[in-house]
Amino acid sequence: MVLETIWFFLWGLLWAIFFIADGFDFGVGTLYPFLGKSDEDKRIMINSIGPLWDGNEVWLITAGGVTFAAFPILYAVMFSSLYSALMLILFALILRGVSFEFRGQVDNPRWRQTWDICIFVGSIAPALLFGVAFANIYQGIPIDVDGVYHGTLFTLLNPYGLLGGLLYLTFFMLHGAIWLAIKTNGDLQQRAIGTADKLWPAVLILAVLFLVYSKFATSLYINYFAHPVLFLVIAITVLALVGIKVFLTKKTFFKAWFASAITIVGATFFGVIGLYPNMFPSNINPDFNITAHNASSSPLTLKIMLTVVVIFIPIVIGYQIWAYNLFKGKVTTEELEY
Amino acid sequence: MDVVMLSRLQFAAATMFHFLFVPLTLGLSFLVAYMETKYVRTGEEIYLSMTKFWGKLFLINFALGVVTGITLEFQFGTNWSRYSKFMGDIFGSLLAIEATVAFFLESTLIGVWVFGWKKLSKKAHAVVMWLIASAGTISAFWILAANGWMQHPVGYTIRDGRAEVVDFAAVVFNKFALLEFFHTVPGAYVLSGFFVMGISAYHLIKKQHIDFFTKSFKIGLIFALASSIFVAVEGDMHAVHVTKVQPEKLAAMEAHWETTTKAPIHLFAIPDEKNQKNVIEIGSIPGMLSFLGYHDVSAEVRGLKDFPVDERPPVLLTFIAFRGMVGLGTYFILITIIGVFLRNKLVENPFYLKVMLYSIPLPYIAIELGWILAEVGRQPWIVYGLMKTSEASSPVAASQVCVSLIAFILLYGLLGAVGFYLIAKNAVKGPVVNND
Repeated sequence: MVLETIWFFLWGLLWAIFFIADGFDFGVGTLYPFLGKSDEDKRIMINSIGPLWDGNEVWLITAGGVTFAAFPILYAVMFSSLYSALMLILFALILRGVSFEFRGQVDNPRWRQTWDICIFVGSIAPALLFGVAFANIYQGIPIDVDGVYHGTLFTLLNPYGLLGGLLYLTFFMLHGAIWLAIKTNGDLQQRAIGTADKLWPAVLILAVLFLVYSKFATSLYINYFAHPVLFLVIAITVLALVGIKVFLTKKTFFKAWFASAITIVGATFFGVIGLYPNMFPSNINPDFNITAHNASSSPLTLKIMLTVVVIFIPIVIGYQIWAYNLFKGKVTTEELEY
Repeated sequence: MDVVMLSRLQFAAATMFHFLFVPLTLGLSFLVAYMETKYVRTGEEIYLSMTKFWGKLFLINFALGVVTGITLEFQFGTNWSRYSKFMGDIFGSLLAIEATVAFFLESTLIGVWVFGWKKLSKKAHAVVMWLIASAGTISAFWILAANGWMQHPVGYTIRDGRAEVVDFAAVVFNKFALLEFFHTVPGAYVLSGFFVMGISAYHLIKKQHIDFFTKSFKIGLIFALASSIFVAVEGDMHAVHVTKVQPEKLAAMEAHWETTTKAPIHLFAIPDEKNQKNVIEIGSIPGMLSFLGYHDVSAEVRGLKDFPVDERPPVLLTFIAFRGMVGLGTYFILITIIGVFLRNKLVENPFYLKVMLYSIPLPYIAIELGWILAEVGRQPWIVYGLMKTSEASSPVAASQVCVSLIAFILLYGLLGAVGFYLIAKNAVKGPVVNND
């Protein structure tokens, strides 16, 4: 079915946009205790994402909502299987969200330290766990014919899953470091640039490891060998990753950030393309795989949702770009709200 | 406890906690938008400081509402996967539309409003708050369309063991959902009005910022008065519809056991579910229940005994919830009418102000009771007539749900305490700019 295939890739696209948009928020939050030497640094860091993080997080709600609407069976099996991991992500996101708002409300160092820890934990945990979750999906999940999960949270913490988690985390940290290089001045900016320079080789090594490990741990490459033109996606992703380094060296940070965004989209689609038409493969028996075809909604719902998404997602992207543009430029100490 | 009960408790805790913040977001956003518009139109500084003062309380509340909302969407998957499989085709699309059409706008613009004071013109900045308020209302519409479908499913067919949409317009314009929308949203306005009046009363009792808080009080008063009357009239229509489509809920609301004509309402009663009767009935008004359900004092009202035992909602909780909600609703109308007479001599009436201060929690209680009535009164069904709650949970381990339930309670308890502290602290501090 064409509709199901369109929806499969739209589903991948929404996750990819979420990873670009909230990815640098996670990165900034993870780097927060390391780069924020003074309270002013810290405030500048959270204010650099302050006007944007909330709108960015809605991409997750939309990715989740669209999963529910277009692939209800996937939604049911995926989120009940990943129960504990998802709960940890949600609790982390709750902590992160309130911390931004609460931190500046009381002028007391211990109060601020408490929320500083929450910002860090609330950023690093989702960054890691999303990577762990997606790597495990690529690898296959122990689900039976009824979609019942046979495992625990620790089943997910296998070497390939953990490698995926580390890869996502470093992706987002690099993405966030570049964002800080764009948004800040002076020492803080220098530290952000230095961090980005150090993170880049780590991302490269982890990405290559992941690509190689995927050959052994997953069946992602089957689609690639069936249609070798698809290797272009991997090539573009690697090219974009190299581009980050080039632009960092040239100190053109906006271009570096854009290259980083393309890398993240490419990395997401590396997995999505490899999965197709599977969405949640079973490693017990391939007959139990949740696919775009056996998990989807009725054609009518897919059509209604497609209409909604085709009209509204461009509008959303439009006003989000407007908001990004409104808050472009360096964060200065005079304009701190958080 | 089994997975179903644990999941129900978790969902109840999560939604009820979430709904401590949603109503104030829905109502206060419009009041702040109104204050800011007044400022843009008149240029009077007092309206700017009103916008900032109430805006700050709005934002703390908003943050808590947003973060607690995220978990809800995902809990249908984590805890209610069989339900999600059964009706994702309809229910999922309503949630997805809510996020795409409304919640995106609200969340993107909230950052613009907070950080955009110097980046936007005064007029544009006020427009942003109007858009935030409207987006919140549109969100409520889609969420209530989803809940309305669980209450009264329409426009679907059952195919391959799941509900699939056949008439999307019927789903969106479901009468039950519309009645819920026009009950819940004005209910939120009542709460917001009482919130503004209560905090204003605190300062007026102390005779500080008198001009500022008299103006604020009056805005809250008009808003709450109009809304509380609307809610009551609309609630009456809602009850008639419930009688038609969920007769056992109506019977439970009034602990009405036997099918009779001229069915009475008991001012006080204690239902005994085991023996299928009321232990005590005091102050019975004959024909009142018939009137409530059919607008006809002699109409026949079906009693609980007409329904199989395993298809009756828990009577006591439904009964108490309804009574509490209606009693409080009546109080809101009366106390705001008194306010209309006292509006120009508030400072001379410290007793009334004190009553208004201590009335802040009451609309919260009324709204939570309303949801208990709607949701508990629908049991044992998760989707009325189509799927029982007991068949809807996920195939997950009870221990898993137990751990997450405890985590929910601890985290939400902590957030609730911090949120209450911050709102109270800022409310007591009063406005920054003093224009008295």
